[in-house]
Amino acid sequence: MTLDEVDRRIIVATQDGLPLVARPYHAVAEEVGVPPVEVMERMERMLDAGVIRRIGAVPNHYALGYRFNGMTVWDVADEDVAEAGERLTAAGFVSHCYQRPRMPPAWPYNLFAMIHARDEVTAGSLVVDLARRLNGLSRSHMVLFSTRILKKTGLRLS
Amino acid sequence: MLDAADRRLLAEFQHHFPLVPEPYAELAGRLGMDESEVLERLAALKASGHISRVGAVFTPHKVGASTLAAMAVPPEWLESIAELVSAYPEVNHNYQRDHRLNLWFVVAAPGRDEVRAVLDDISARTGIAVLDLPLLEDFHIDLGFDIRWS
Repeated sequence: MTLDEVDRRIIVATQDGLPLVARPYHAVAEEVGVPPVEVMERMERMLDAGVIRRIGAVPNHYALGYRFNGMTVWDVADEDVAEAGERLTAAGFVSHCYQRPRMPPAWPYNLFAMIHARDEVTAGSLVVDLARRLNGLSRSHMVLFSTRILKKTGLRLS
Repeated sequence: MLDAADRRLLAEFQHHFPLVPEPYAELAGRLGMDESEVLERLAALKASGHISRVGAVFTPHKVGASTLAAMAVPPEWLESIAELVSAYPEVNHNYQRDHRLNLWFVVAAPGRDEVRAVLDDISARTGIAVLDLPLLEDFHIDLGFDIRWS
């Protein structure tokens, strides 16, 4: 789908969230300068086209007590990546799962899956669980925990 | 602290937020609450930082371009380089991680060239190579994050 100027204005008007008022789409419509029904229709279209992944409350894992944010990274043969990605997402506790290029020798891993846990022991057991699910597909893996959040904002479009 | 109603709000409203004129009223009906209570609770969850917002989560690469970047920063420079990186408006996540590649950040911009220009600029200003790991495939996760309270 191609985004036009009105879509972009809706994205800009909603990227910090919908207003917490009884008629949020009406408020967005006023800001964008289109009728409220058009805001809802366009957001629906962006949702159907996958431009919007979901609409809802966006949790802050860290504030909810999930202090252990782990980026698990896996070295999987290119032909097995789709299967491995499906197995990782099927685990039910991975929040994001992406294939990215390897950059040898600095970086040999091509599959990334984010996990979140309240303590280190649980985080470790989630990694073990994922490794078991990838049994045979992953040549090596590791987990990089975040030791500090330096900046975190949503997608920005100005 | 979060009570049971907050937890239900968080558990049930990470996705399928209604695209209807009065969505909070519809959610309230499903939860057996008043609209005003839903609005107050969501405002409180936002104020306390438990949720960052109620709204759309945009799919990476469908709106503009982005990449995950990584740098191996000498520990004594980490503070100042992290600050330099975070200062770019195109950088929307920046994490310190426990690896030789200890600084990981996401760069998003209208196009791939602009993303690349930010990485090149950071590399030129710091003298440190910046690994560019753009997304090749997104293994789509439909549901919101399943919060386990136990």
